[in-house]
Amino acid sequence: MNAIEVQALTKRFGGFRAVDHISFGVEEGEVFGFLGPNGSGKSTTIRMLTGVIRPDQGKAIIMGHDVHKEPLKAKQVMGIVPETSNAYIELSAWNNLMLMGELYGVPKKEREERAYMLLKQFGLHERRDSPARGFSKGMKQRLILCMALINEPSVLFLDEPTSGLDVESTRLINDVIRDLNRTGTTVFLTTHDMVEANQLCERIAIINRGAIVAIDRPEILKQMASGLESVEVSFERTVEADALSAFVHVRRVEKRGDKFRLYAEDVNGTIDSITDFAKMQGLKIVSLNTLAPSLEDIFVKLTQKERPEAGRVLA
Amino acid sequence: MSWREQIGRSLVVAKKDVWIYYLKGPVIVFGLIFPLFLLIAFTIGRNISLKELFPGVMGMAIFFTSTAVGPAILPWEARSRTLERLVCSPVSVWALFLGDVLASFFFGLLISLAPLIILLGLGVEVHHILVFVIGMILATFCFASLSILLSVYPPTDVPATVMMLSSLVRFPLVFISGVFLPVEELPSWGRAISSVSPLTYFIDLARYSITGISYYSIPLDLAVLLLFAVAFLLVSIKLHERFLPQRLS
Repeated sequence: MNAIEVQALTKRFGGFRAVDHISFGVEEGEVFGFLGPNGSGKSTTIRMLTGVIRPDQGKAIIMGHDVHKEPLKAKQVMGIVPETSNAYIELSAWNNLMLMGELYGVPKKEREERAYMLLKQFGLHERRDSPARGFSKGMKQRLILCMALINEPSVLFLDEPTSGLDVESTRLINDVIRDLNRTGTTVFLTTHDMVEANQLCERIAIINRGAIVAIDRPEILKQMASGLESVEVSFERTVEADALSAFVHVRRVEKRGDKFRLYAEDVNGTIDSITDFAKMQGLKIVSLNTLAPSLEDIFVKLTQKERPEAGRVLA
Repeated sequence: MSWREQIGRSLVVAKKDVWIYYLKGPVIVFGLIFPLFLLIAFTIGRNISLKELFPGVMGMAIFFTSTAVGPAILPWEARSRTLERLVCSPVSVWALFLGDVLASFFFGLLISLAPLIILLGLGVEVHHILVFVIGMILATFCFASLSILLSVYPPTDVPATVMMLSSLVRFPLVFISGVFLPVEELPSWGRAISSVSPLTYFIDLARYSITGISYYSIPLDLAVLLLFAVAFLLVSIKLHERFLPQRLS
């Protein structure tokens, strides 16, 4: 049985189709990434999956329960960190957890034990009696994650859980996601961080303009990137990007700080062109690296409305 | 999931509201300070007995206190971004709003005990205690349900907007409900208007519990209060269900 089963899910806002007949399944115990640019339908999808808004068509089934026919049973097995969520800042960390535990019907002894463990695990135990008002953004996000875990959910929905967080909180949250996955929890993660998605997710779906444009394992997705292999070069002094974009095999040049990234059909030929160019110009090459396509490259390829023309320079 | 479990979760929501909203500025202003000054203005300088003042004082106290918390909760939850968290939890929409009604109810009941105790201490005798107690509980629940209804529209996240708009409904209701003049002394059109206000029926009950005289029959007063309470609760739940997506967007 899939932990999450989505069938032809559709949501319109007026005449605008925010989510358009998307279908996919997430296996039990899987960490599933859901990526897409802003306004692509990510949050609308997660809100339909968590029962916050009703779909116009299609259905979502969580651990065998239709979210809109049996919303309470479905919500009972979920843990949720919504994108626009907050803890009650007037309440202490402890009371926030007690409140959530009671809302999920967790017996008193169990919720106290779990709250103690979670606050310890997330480094908040020392501040358990402090109102959340005084917490930093990272501490608040850790508390929200604790609140999502108080009912020991089978399926955990995380909507941009590490967005704007400090390194320590991000690392802690990512470690917890891995630990949860080891214990069999299914994780549905939306993120803008491609590195994070690449490291955490077993499969990734990319949504663009309300439709799923790709769904597969990250390494398989990367193989879709023909023509996205690149060479990154840095010279000892500034050169004109147009000179590099004139190379035979180069499709596109991007200037990144003191480096140029040259997307090429033939990497070896491009390296030859660079070294020839450096000799002719009397330039010293400071660094030269070949780069495999990243998940970000795939994401951009699949979601960009219009790809730049071959040879075009992006400053 | 049984309705009993959901009632239990309503009480959890109510407990959360008590912790968080009872001491919020707008609740203190509209639920304590404002009615206090209104009561002072209503009582001082009037050449009438405490017995005659009792229905109006208790009516205003219960009405203003039990409608103070409700309108603040939802916009505040939306503003502080805790509403989505609540909606995601396994609590029915009806149980969620019943919890808010209960928080308003307990606030109204608790605060209204103060003027009641003062008036009793000053020698006012309640002859029909059971009628008064049932009427007070029904009226407080009815006004608490009304307060949740008042927060339905507009689906804003600005508490002050909802509090002010709710005052536009609350003040006229006080003036048409026989607080300042007994219903029987109103002209026929005044009596017709006052009959649409639930506060009228509580004032009538309070007058009866002190003097033994009422304009409507006691069963009618109680039945109308119950009817208003159920209607306000059901309509507010239905409308909140409808406007919740807008509030969350």
